[in-house]
Amino acid sequence: MDLRFTKEEEKFRQEVIAFIEREVPPEMRVDYDALDFTQEQFEFAGLLDRKLVERGWLCMHWPEEYGGQGASVTKQVLFNEEMAFRGVPSRGHMGINIVGPAIMLYGSHEQKKKFLPAITQAEYEWCQGFSEPNSGSDLASLKTTAKEEGDGYIVNGQKIWSSRAHHAGYCWLLARTDAEAPKHKGLSTFAVDMKTPGVTIRPIVTILGSTHFCELFFDKVRIPKEALVGEKNRGWYQAMGTLSFERSGINRVGSVRRALCDLIEYVKTHKRDGVVLSRDPLVRREIAELATEVEVARLLCYRVAWLQSKGQVPSYESSMARAFGHELSQKVARVGMKILGLESQFMPGDGQAAIEGNVGRSFLSTICNSIRSGTSEIQRNIIAQRGLGLPRK
Amino acid sequence: MDFDFTENQGVLRKSARQFLTGKCPTSLVRSVEESGVGYGAELWEKMAELGWPSLAVAEEFGGGGGTFLDVCILVEEMGRALAPVPFIPVVLSQYAIMEAGSAEQKKKLLPDLASGKLKMTLGLYESGFSFDPAAIKTGASRKGDQYILKGEKQLVPFGLIADAYLIAARVGKGAKSGFSLFLVDRNARGLTASGARVIGGEELARVRLDGVSVGEDGVVGGAGEGERILKSLIQRGAVLKCAEMIGGAQWVLDKTVEYAKERVQFNQPIGSFQAVQHRCANMALICDGARFASYQAAWLKGEGLPCEREVAIAKAWLSEAYTRICLDAHQVHGAIGFTKEYDLYLYTKRAKAAELAFGDARHHYEALANCMGL
Repeated sequence: MDLRFTKEEEKFRQEVIAFIEREVPPEMRVDYDALDFTQEQFEFAGLLDRKLVERGWLCMHWPEEYGGQGASVTKQVLFNEEMAFRGVPSRGHMGINIVGPAIMLYGSHEQKKKFLPAITQAEYEWCQGFSEPNSGSDLASLKTTAKEEGDGYIVNGQKIWSSRAHHAGYCWLLARTDAEAPKHKGLSTFAVDMKTPGVTIRPIVTILGSTHFCELFFDKVRIPKEALVGEKNRGWYQAMGTLSFERSGINRVGSVRRALCDLIEYVKTHKRDGVVLSRDPLVRREIAELATEVEVARLLCYRVAWLQSKGQVPSYESSMARAFGHELSQKVARVGMKILGLESQFMPGDGQAAIEGNVGRSFLSTICNSIRSGTSEIQRNIIAQRGLGLPRK
Repeated sequence: MDFDFTENQGVLRKSARQFLTGKCPTSLVRSVEESGVGYGAELWEKMAELGWPSLAVAEEFGGGGGTFLDVCILVEEMGRALAPVPFIPVVLSQYAIMEAGSAEQKKKLLPDLASGKLKMTLGLYESGFSFDPAAIKTGASRKGDQYILKGEKQLVPFGLIADAYLIAARVGKGAKSGFSLFLVDRNARGLTASGARVIGGEELARVRLDGVSVGEDGVVGGAGEGERILKSLIQRGAVLKCAEMIGGAQWVLDKTVEYAKERVQFNQPIGSFQAVQHRCANMALICDGARFASYQAAWLKGEGLPCEREVAIAKAWLSEAYTRICLDAHQVHGAIGFTKEYDLYLYTKRAKAAELAFGDARHHYEALANCMGL
């Protein structure tokens, strides 16, 4: 047992911190959940990606043959945690974390040549076309079809909750290619150019008043045969098998830790009814409880990374890290609101807002954390069934 | 970053589990609890034969020279089996002597502590029931070359069967007063130990010191050094308690899952119901969090690295987690878990006592708040 990062890793951390402090001005830092960006922040994130490309950090965990550095999972975790902790705006990196690895595993030689360099060079963004209005947690029931016709496929259907699809160049689409087969066995994965005729994007305005998620409509969209990635009708299994890169959920813990640090700073420097908040026993207790939970969340993430670094594929362990981290992000926001009291209502942009209005904003933005990419309920099903071996109904 | 135990540590755990499964069934735990004898004397002897009480002691004093993490592994297994033996108090006494004792004390006491012959325990609390050593009122006044101890210690683990005690007492008066740790023999004149009726099932005694006289050779550490020694000792105790609690909590989780798979209602195992699954998932999550928080604290303490924050986090989390896991276990088990016919109650009761030992959640949250500069 040795729970330290190595000297070399700590040195790397210092490099990362120095890079962030130098390259990311305060006004470009994002709130704890980075759900919504200003246009400036979004553009800045694109420019920053270029700099990460130059340093080889954008895809550092990719194998060298695909333009990465073959960096260890631990190094990745450390990098992701620092970036999130310091509020660096990120474009989501769907291509880097999900599409790229899938293409490495299942893509053809041509697809690798076409897509992988574009991802390592941050040429465009990817969005995910998975969820549908009637297929959320029960993803495998999705109805969007891709029918073989001539030398390609015709896609028809509707996708939803696709993050930043309005900025994406390509869509990573899961569609039904065999209507007769059992629901998990008739799905395939496609890489669809967002400029293809028949693709319509409708941004959805969230509770924050801004856009993050989109709805996608596919109306007789003709895509070439080469858009199919991997084996036909194996899409579900491919999607499940491509999560081999860092999946500890450490980003969330990084942002939660930032939120807690800001809150600690606030209670140390603000008085209520003449008393510094940090002297209030209830406030002390609540902050200490959060700090305990943040540490536990962090350890649960590190455990996942450690398993991965040993070459194991985490299953319920990452569900634990995720469920706990997601719910904790909500709790930190909730407690933050309570501690700020009347002042908690001021939102970003209001001159009087404490902690730049981030607490109020994250109260709203974290609501979706326990819903998106696997609800807390689904994570608990996984813990119970895969982790504890309780029977499926 | 490596969460793995070494191969030897794996062997240690496996053999401890095997030994305890055979030699420490819950029937033994129950009979010790009900007979009022205070501890499993035979079990302790067998452990001594295996060299367990010697593990923490340095080799030069007849010990096994194990690491603190090794010791924690044993304690975790004992927590799983509810082993009714004074292992934690003895180990803490060993560390106290090793870290602060004189050369003579080490030579005289460590071999007997290592062989299991000398069962020593600690008096940490008094009738003010504060976790803070600053609240200690037991006094040691100087009389010639002797200290005269007066006061009462509360909730002393294995206080009835112990052969000797480490007693923290106040020396000097007013602002200049400090603590020292005193070695007091069970048979010392003026010492009376009496049992208490407590929730946990493990013996906790009241120890009265009515003018007990202790010579210079019975002071552990320099006069007034007690605070420093005590702080490290309590920290170590908290980590050991966490290890014990992890062992117990994991047993409770395992048993609950097993039960949920077997118990059939509405023609299906209750473990197939989502309400039950999610309760079990929460238990597992809390339990794994507890495990890593406690390993982190143990590892840091063992390495001699700063660990105030991490120990506070571990004991605060464990204090809440173990009891919560037990209560969830009761809900899944239904009425049978509420009976003495089933073993769960043994754990629930221990959990409540362990929650309070070496600082409850509230105490450690406050310590953590201080660590963060609040």
